[in-house]
Amino acid sequence: MDEKRTVVRGPAENRNMPLSWRKETKPHRFCPGCGHGIALKALGEAVGELGILDRVLYGCDIGCSLLSWDFFNFDSVQTHHGRTIPVVVGAKRARPETIAIAYMGDGGGYAIGAQHLVNAAQRGDQITAILANNTLYAMTGGQLAPTTLPGQKTGTTPYGREVRKTGAPMQGPELVAAIAADGAYVARGTVGEYQQLKEFLKKALRNQMEGRGFSFVEVLSTCPTNWRTDAKATWAFLRGEMARYFKVGELRVPEPVAGGEG
Amino acid sequence: MTGNEVVAWAALVAGADFMYGYPITPQNEIMHYWARLAPHFGRGFLQTEDEMAAGFAMLGGALVGKKTFCATAGPGNILMQEPIAMAEMMRIPGVWVIQQRGGPSTATVIYSQQELRLTTAGGNGEGLRIVYSTAFHQELFEYTIKAFNRAWEYRFPTFVLGDGYQAKMREAVTLFRPEARGWTLTPAEPLVRRPGIPALDRDPVHLRNTFNIEEELYDRLMAQLAAYDRLTPEVVEWEVEVGPETEVLLVAHGIVARAAKQACAMLNRQGYKVGYFRPITVRPFPGAALREAVAANPNLRLLVVESAYGQLLALVKAELYGFTNAIDTLLKPGVGITAEEIMAAVTARTPKEVRPGG
Repeated sequence: MDEKRTVVRGPAENRNMPLSWRKETKPHRFCPGCGHGIALKALGEAVGELGILDRVLYGCDIGCSLLSWDFFNFDSVQTHHGRTIPVVVGAKRARPETIAIAYMGDGGGYAIGAQHLVNAAQRGDQITAILANNTLYAMTGGQLAPTTLPGQKTGTTPYGREVRKTGAPMQGPELVAAIAADGAYVARGTVGEYQQLKEFLKKALRNQMEGRGFSFVEVLSTCPTNWRTDAKATWAFLRGEMARYFKVGELRVPEPVAGGEG
Repeated sequence: MTGNEVVAWAALVAGADFMYGYPITPQNEIMHYWARLAPHFGRGFLQTEDEMAAGFAMLGGALVGKKTFCATAGPGNILMQEPIAMAEMMRIPGVWVIQQRGGPSTATVIYSQQELRLTTAGGNGEGLRIVYSTAFHQELFEYTIKAFNRAWEYRFPTFVLGDGYQAKMREAVTLFRPEARGWTLTPAEPLVRRPGIPALDRDPVHLRNTFNIEEELYDRLMAQLAAYDRLTPEVVEWEVEVGPETEVLLVAHGIVARAAKQACAMLNRQGYKVGYFRPITVRPFPGAALREAVAANPNLRLLVVESAYGQLLALVKAELYGFTNAIDTLLKPGVGITAEEIMAAVTARTPKEVRPGG
């Protein structure tokens, strides 16, 4: 693997932004208070610091994540709802020096595209899948997702999610950790802990760069628009109720990645 | 050899780099032969979790500049329409081999021509595709090679439409390297991950299939429709036997066209005046050629023959809007049709007093 690249610096006017961010498409298109911007900033910095801009193929799902299609200064492709993993798997298999990144929401990864997540993890596809968990379908107006919390009101659970009828919140990283082939890196970060999230994303990318296996990071994210929350209540939901159901931390760490400088 | 084996060899000499596949009868042996051949020629194969994954993985491979393909049938063809719609919108090349089986639903693993409509017009758009309907093994070989060239030349989804009979039957075929016949292979260009560091050496490539406003989509589609109109005269292929004496024009595609051609020859030997029209590209459809054939004789009657209930018929009728020629049919969805059946259909529809030999 090509490891010779060092950090690339951008033109002077871009210095206050990571080189991997595309200045022309800023400010980004996400709602005020949305967690995607933070997750993507961490991803952009991780890619920039690893010096892999020219090797990345970034695939984004349909849902709010589609708005990131021109977010970065690296090559990207918008795919279909739930189908981002197979697109980047196809690219990675055809040209293995590619750093393949699939970015999706909880609906795309855990519902409509769950079979792709499960099988790519089980096969040990050397891609990095990043999934933003905001407990609902946001782009379509806030419906029940596999990750919706018990009692949480959404467009399709107007009286609150009843676990007996629609299940408990999906534990995605736990599922992936249980089934992923050897060499997998699996973690859950949060937009509430930026440095830690960036570290997880860097490890997930390094795991792919070093050819070890499947990498998966779930990112706990915010959706004040559909949560109908103000800034304080948004933060409280992320740090409080969501954190109770979704444990932040690393679930699978291959040895050489754990020993690296991150 | 069997048709499925022919397709695997054709993909190999056509320069296919990677096959993504999922098992479904009657195309399985394409994967089997390819999986056996691929490692010896530096090519790749991945068995995916379903046809959607296979189709989307094809698009990923094509994006980074590799020639990718897949084979499927029936319910697999239905699932495959989703990635094909994305390929159509984003002009990502790919080759799909469809070995039609009985439908709807799981139906039979054997044979039909019931995937004509799905293959030519599937997806949630305008069906901008190139579809070759083959009739015998030599064509399976040559049109599979051609499909790879067309796909990467025009960047519209390209199909070889076969069927379970062609997939499974054994027939003599001459394999060759396209270069040996002076055929040039269209190179595959990467759409993303071209040389250079994005933002420093070049702009990043951002590909999308979602648009914010109607006019944005409209402009994109009109440009694609114009591109498709331009390629149509370069791509359409057909076979025709017709003259001013022709009274009955048999219209069929694929393996049924083979029976129709045979029936045509035998009927003409008996003194009937029968012609024959076969679209080889069923999308784009050789409409001008069909209209010219039908115009050969104002009293000409058509007999449309297919192993489906009116899918070819609908295409023919659309092309013949304004013509007043009678159109007879022999429609047998999901079952094979022999030359003898076609001959019987022609003679039964010919009034006794004008039958040759009384």
